[in-house]
Amino acid sequence: MDGYIIGTIIKAVLVLAIISALAGFGTYIERKVLAFMQRRLGPMHVGPYGLLQILADGIKLFTKEDFIPSGANRLIFMIAPAITAMTAFIALAAVPLLPEFTLFGVTVRPIIADINVGILFVLGMMAAGLYGPLLAGLAQNNKWGLLGAARTAVQFLSYEVVTGLSILAPIMIVGSLSLIDFNNYQAGGIGEWLIWKQPLAFVLFLIAGFAETNRTPFDLLEHEAEVVSGYATEYSGMRWGMFFIGEYANMITIGFLASLIFLGGFNPWGFIPGGLAIILKVSFFFFLMLWVRASWPHIRPDQLMWLCWKVLMPLAVINVTLTGLVMMF
Amino acid sequence: MSLEQFKNRNVGTQEYRMLDLEPTPETGWGRFKRVVRRSVKLELFTGLKVTFREMIKALFMGEMHTTKYPFEKLPIAPRYRAIHEMKRLLESGHYRCIGCGLCEKICISDCIRMDTRYDENQRKEVSEYTINFGRCIFCGYCAEVCPELAIVHGGRYENASEQRASYALFEDMLTPLDQLAQQKEYPGFGAVSPDADEKIKKTPLAY
Repeated sequence: MDGYIIGTIIKAVLVLAIISALAGFGTYIERKVLAFMQRRLGPMHVGPYGLLQILADGIKLFTKEDFIPSGANRLIFMIAPAITAMTAFIALAAVPLLPEFTLFGVTVRPIIADINVGILFVLGMMAAGLYGPLLAGLAQNNKWGLLGAARTAVQFLSYEVVTGLSILAPIMIVGSLSLIDFNNYQAGGIGEWLIWKQPLAFVLFLIAGFAETNRTPFDLLEHEAEVVSGYATEYSGMRWGMFFIGEYANMITIGFLASLIFLGGFNPWGFIPGGLAIILKVSFFFFLMLWVRASWPHIRPDQLMWLCWKVLMPLAVINVTLTGLVMMF
Repeated sequence: MSLEQFKNRNVGTQEYRMLDLEPTPETGWGRFKRVVRRSVKLELFTGLKVTFREMIKALFMGEMHTTKYPFEKLPIAPRYRAIHEMKRLLESGHYRCIGCGLCEKICISDCIRMDTRYDENQRKEVSEYTINFGRCIFCGYCAEVCPELAIVHGGRYENASEQRASYALFEDMLTPLDQLAQQKEYPGFGAVSPDADEKIKKTPLAY
């Protein structure tokens, strides 16, 4: 039992350290990929190919003044960024990150808590993360922040229905909520991947995932051209940085979820071992989010609601019904 | 990037194409049909294709647009009007300025000031000559009016300074004697055009 507790703590610390480092690195990758797609060079001056730009940004964020506007609700203003960052990392607790491996004779399972309602837990935590922007926007005594908070509520209500309904059909097929069961269900190679059985659910889940992580077609919360910086208007320094880390951790989580549920998870993929396979898949989803950001314009709040309620939700319901009928007969 | 691209100022002769846009549907059924058609045709992926193509072009086909400015510079047009230069006569090395004072007279922002005197050969010589670059608007009148092609506009455009007034003396702008061999007969602003001979007309007597 002691070993279990110590192992869990070590795993939690490792996940926190690695994912937050990856989130920082993600900002560098994002700037580089966006730059290349616009035929620019991106950060080039700090370190080789601008690699140390992350470090410079970190120093800047840490040493910046921690500013709390007068008239703001100080307590809520201060804990709101922590909610975003914390829930993003808590959500990762139920995600199996890599296949089992043996280290110094100990079999390591790279999942912090293998609970049998893994998907519910992850989605619930990511949904709870939306309290961060919501509370931040309401607490900061700024009209742009208030607009950002209102948009958070709108977006939250719209896509959360689609996320749940789209993922319901795969859950019906697999018959379990544990992400490890999902992975084992697709163990038979590419032909067994759930994306072939549930292509519509995959597309719906991906769209909802973009909305969940506030990525570009749905980045209503902080769209600079409309609501200065939305919920993050009054934030500076590391509190703003925590929103950012949370957002990038969420992107990584969505990448893991999409590859675990639909793309065969960490099963070996041809000659590629399982651990590398899932890293490749998550990298692809991360790249896809940057790619989409470089390519597509973002949509208006009313268009988001139109899309979620009038298009995606009926499609998701039809998908669930059809899946149920096929399973019944 | 070559100079020719910058010199093409013929707006309208580039390859512009008109988009063949369909009329906006007005009924609900028409809008529904358009949404379905666009979804089935996967129009969104055209956008993804374009950005990916640009990335491949930039990374592997050498079409990156960035100029790393302080380290590499774009060529400027020959008639660009930047900091003035004072030219010398190629054979003797004496400065070309004859002290006529036309540039001082024509300068519309009053930034040129010159003093002249007779030297021992009874030639006009420039005893003092300054240009206040804080006032100069780089209109080019001085270079245009100079009968001797002595004052011209050079290509030195990086003139950030710590103070508003920034005076340049005659010697600062004069071609150094040891670099006389590199002084080019100036093709830029203030120079006579290559076809100047053909353009010369007799002054009509009616004036």
